[in-house]
Amino acid sequence: MKLKYGLAGFAGMVLAAGAANAQISDNVIKIGVLNDQSGLYADITGQGSVLAARMAAEDVGKIGNTTVEIVFADHQNKPDVGSTVVRQWIDQDKVDAIADVPTSSVALAVQQITKEKKRLFLMSGPASSDLTGKACSPYGFHFAYDTYMLAIGTGTALTKSGGDTWFFLTADYAFGHALERDAGEAVKAAGGKVVGAVRHPLNTSDFSSFLLQAQNSKAKIIGLANAGGDTINSIKQAAEFGIVAGGQRLAGLLVFVTDVHALGLKTAQGLVVTESFYWDMNDETRKFSKRFFDKHGKQPSMVQAGVYSGVAHYLKAVKAAGTDDPDKVAAEMRKTPVNDFFTKNAAIRADGRIMRDAYLWQVKAPAESKGAWDYYKLVATIPAEQAARPLKDGGCDLVK
Amino acid sequence: MMQTRNLAILVALLALAILAPFVVYPVFLMKALCFAIFACAFNLLIGYVGLLSFGHAAYFGGSAYIAAHVAKVWGWPIELAILSGVAVAAILGLMFGALAIRRQGIYFAMVTLALAQMVFFLAVQAKFTGGEDGIQAVPRKVLFGFIDISNEFTFYYVVLVIFLAAFALIYRIVHSPFGQVLKAIRENEPRTISLGYRVNHYKLLAFVLSASLAGLAGSTKVFVTQLASLTDVQWQMSGEVVLMTLVGGLGTLFGPVVGAFVVITMQNYLSGFGEWVLVIQGVIFVIVVLSFRRGIVGEIAAWWKARRNGAP
Repeated sequence: MKLKYGLAGFAGMVLAAGAANAQISDNVIKIGVLNDQSGLYADITGQGSVLAARMAAEDVGKIGNTTVEIVFADHQNKPDVGSTVVRQWIDQDKVDAIADVPTSSVALAVQQITKEKKRLFLMSGPASSDLTGKACSPYGFHFAYDTYMLAIGTGTALTKSGGDTWFFLTADYAFGHALERDAGEAVKAAGGKVVGAVRHPLNTSDFSSFLLQAQNSKAKIIGLANAGGDTINSIKQAAEFGIVAGGQRLAGLLVFVTDVHALGLKTAQGLVVTESFYWDMNDETRKFSKRFFDKHGKQPSMVQAGVYSGVAHYLKAVKAAGTDDPDKVAAEMRKTPVNDFFTKNAAIRADGRIMRDAYLWQVKAPAESKGAWDYYKLVATIPAEQAARPLKDGGCDLVK
Repeated sequence: MMQTRNLAILVALLALAILAPFVVYPVFLMKALCFAIFACAFNLLIGYVGLLSFGHAAYFGGSAYIAAHVAKVWGWPIELAILSGVAVAAILGLMFGALAIRRQGIYFAMVTLALAQMVFFLAVQAKFTGGEDGIQAVPRKVLFGFIDISNEFTFYYVVLVIFLAAFALIYRIVHSPFGQVLKAIRENEPRTISLGYRVNHYKLLAFVLSASLAGLAGSTKVFVTQLASLTDVQWQMSGEVVLMTLVGGLGTLFGPVVGAFVVITMQNYLSGFGEWVLVIQGVIFVIVVLSFRRGIVGEIAAWWKARRNGAP
C-alpha cells in the first residue's frame, strides 16, 4: 500500500550510471516528513516543513550515486494515525529517517517505533522535553526547541529584564501545569515572584473572568501557559480588555511567528515569546528565508527551520559515514557539531538534545514594523547551556 | 437456499481475511478489524434497538486506557489486559445505560454524549492516562504464555480470531429470541410493552453488550497500535463510528464492517492529500447519505432482493 508521495519529492536527483553504492541500501535515502497538513499546526509545520526538507537535500547535494527522496504524510494530530504511517513507512517503503512530527503524543509514539526498528528520528515539531528525557532514544534527535527552553527562556530572561511579578493563565491539563511549574521555578530562581495563577479549561472561548483576575493581580507579566487556540483566544481577548495598553505584558509560552502573523500586530503587540529562530536574525537567515519565501509565500517558522537543520545534519552524516546504517549514522551525527544557516557549532548531547541558543523576542507595535513579517525585536539571547535542561535532570537512560 | 448462499459468502470472506495480510499491510488490517468490532457494537444498539448512542468513545477509549495501563504498568498478560478492559467497559455501560435508557431519541443521545464527555474529562485530568501524551509503548509479547505476538503477521490472526468471535456473538444476539425482542422494541416500543416484555431490561442488557463489545475493540486496538490516547476517547471518535455505520449500512450485519474498512482506508490512503482529506471524507459522506440511504451493504442487499423478486 503506497502512501501518497505528494509530488514524489526528490532532491538529490542523481541517477548517475555506475557501480551501485553497496553501503547505502537500495541506493535510495528516503526521508519521511510526518506532520500536520491540515489542522492547527499546519502553518508552523505542514508543507513548509516538506519544502525545508527538500531544500536541505538540495543543499547537501550528491551523496555517492544515491537518490534522496522526501515523502510526506498527514498524521492529523492523532498518535494512532501517525504510528500506523510510520510503521508502514519503515516496514514497506524502506524509509530511513522520520522528520518533524509536531504534537508530542504523536512524537512519543514515533520515538518508540523508531527506537524499536532502528531508524533515525529528526524531531523539530514536538515540544515535550520528555523526548530527550525519560522517553529518549539513541536514534532520536531534538532539533528546534522544547518545553523546557520555552518555559525557562521566557521565565528567566523576562524576569531579569524587569518583569519580576508574574501571574499565570494556565490550561488545566498536564501540559499547561508543566509549563506553569517550569516557568514559575525559573521566575523564582531569577529573583521574581509569582503572585497568582488561574486555571482555565481546555478549549475555552470566553477568557473574560480569567483575564480580569490577571488584570487585578497587578502582576507585571501575565504568563500564558496554554497552547494553540487557547493562546490565540486569550491574546485576542487580552487586547480587548486593554491589558497590554494598561502596562501589563503578555508572555506566550508557546507562540510561533505564524501565530503572530495570524493575530496581526495590533492584537499581538507587546507579547513576549521565546523562539530559537526568526527569519530576520542575520544575513544568512534572511538569505535562506528569501529562498523559502519565494517558494512558499510565507516566512519559515522555527519548526520548519529545525526540519532543515535536522535533515541537513542527517544527510551530511550519511555522506561522511558513507553508509545509511542507522547506528553508524547516529554515531556520526553525535560526533559532528550541527552547522547550518541558523545553527553555529551546536553540539548534540547524549540524550539527543541539540544545544542551540534561544532568543527572547518582543512583538513590535504596528508603528515600529517596517512591513509584512517584520514582527520581532530581540530582547535577550539565552545561551544553550541555560536553554537546555541539565543533562542529569532529564532521566534519560542513555546518560550514564 | 438462502442458507447455502450465506454460507458460501461467509466462507469466501473468511478465505479473503486469511489471505489478506499477504497482500495488504497487516497493521492496517488489524486497525480496520478493531474498528469493525467497534462499529458492529455500535450498530447492535442503533441498528437493532434503535438507540442512537453518541458516547461510544467512552467505552472504546476507557477500556483502551485500562488495558494499556494494566499491561504496561502492572505487567499483566495481554489476555487479562483485554478482559479487564472489557470488564471496565461493561461496568461503564451498565452505569451509563441505566441512566440513559430513561430517556428517548435526542435526549438519549445527549445523555450518552454528556456522560462520555465526563469520561473524556477524566482521561485528560487523571494521572495514569498520561494526559494528552497518552499511554505509549504498551508491551506486546506473548499470548497464553506461548504464542509470540510481537510479530505483526502472527498478531493479525489473533485479532482476526477476536473479530470473528465478536462477530459471531453479535450474530447470535441478533438472531436469538432476545434479538427478536430488541427488534420489536425498535419497531414499536409501546406494543412490546403491551405484550408483557420488560422493555427497559432488554434495552439495558443490549446497552451493556454493546458497550462491552466496544470495550473489546478498544482494548484490542491498544495492542495493535501499542498506545492509548485521547483520540480514542474524544467525541469525534463517537462521531466516526456513526459515520462508519451509516456508510456501511445501518441495521445490517456486514454493514459496519464494510463501513469501518471504508473509513479507515480513506484515513490511511488519503492521508497524503493533507487538508483535502476532510473535504473528501465530507463529500463521500454526503454522497452516501444522499444516494445510498441504506448504506453500501444495505443497498446491495436491497438490490439483490429486488432482483430475486423480479426474476420469474
